[in-house]
Amino acid sequence: MRRSIQLTINGEPHEVPADLTIDALVAHLGLIAVRVAVEQNRRVVRRAEWMAQTVAAGDQIEIVHFMGGG
Amino acid sequence: MAALRIGGRNYESRLLVGTGKYGDFPTMKAALAASGAQIVTVAVRRLDLTAKGEASLLSWIPEGMELLPNTAGCYTADEAVRTCRLARELGMTTFVKLEVIGDKVTLHPDGEETLKAARELVADGFTVLPYASDDVVLAQKLEQAGCAAVMPLGAPIGSGLGPRNLYNIAILRERVRCPLIVDAGVGTASDAAVVMELGVDGVLVNTAIAAAKDPVRMARAMRLSVEAGREAFLAGRMEKRLYANASSPLGGLIG
Repeated sequence: MRRSIQLTINGEPHEVPADLTIDALVAHLGLIAVRVAVEQNRRVVRRAEWMAQTVAAGDQIEIVHFMGGG
Repeated sequence: MAALRIGGRNYESRLLVGTGKYGDFPTMKAALAASGAQIVTVAVRRLDLTAKGEASLLSWIPEGMELLPNTAGCYTADEAVRTCRLARELGMTTFVKLEVIGDKVTLHPDGEETLKAARELVADGFTVLPYASDDVVLAQKLEQAGCAAVMPLGAPIGSGLGPRNLYNIAILRERVRCPLIVDAGVGTASDAAVVMELGVDGVLVNTAIAAAKDPVRMARAMRLSVEAGREAFLAGRMEKRLYANASSPLGGLIG
């Protein structure tokens, strides 16, 4: 069985498999990738980097989308 | 009508609209279309990871409208800059409505943090439209920082009070050269017309449309009032005088 690590995603603790890329993390969470942007430890992860950039234990992840606003 | 020019782009419509507070997406879409606006604001928020498959806001924004992501809810320059960078990644646009709030009750902007964020964002290649108070010195500093427009408030966000200080708006128009867009405080169509008549370049409206009993009709009213106000400004109003001055000839009366 794969090792698990703990991340903080949108302010909440989450257990996820170790060594996930951002791309795999988004898929693991069941999100529609085209509609979200991801920040890892206060730095935006550009979409071109999603396949290469991995998450590590303790990472602070923000996953955002557009909502109605003025 | 001459175009509104922001960040090197031309817009026929001088009305910008928001996407908040609508009861449902179909009404929002119809109102956005009726407004004739070409720029529409959106907020950047954390995705609710437990609510899978929720309806996407973007699919309800009419084709051809350009997104203007905002930093609403940010209280520091740092939060606002991070939000803008996420918005750029999400929306494939460098346009941002910079909003750094300083007071929870009035939602008045924090000028110091707004200016700090504006400088950082301009250096990072963003086209920055900051929400600001109606302070002329702050507006000049934002302009000097390289903002594409300055967006002074007419009254507190969502208050619908109408522009509280027309003298300050008039002073801003005289002392600031970049586009001015009155953002916040418009409650009904005449409010938009009044500030347009002072020569501001545009008006941003959200709640006055979304919270109207008939949002689609109010969107149309706002479109017409912004056009009317602009035309009146360009026409140049008559001098005001204290006493009457007859419109009909004084001679030739029967008698």
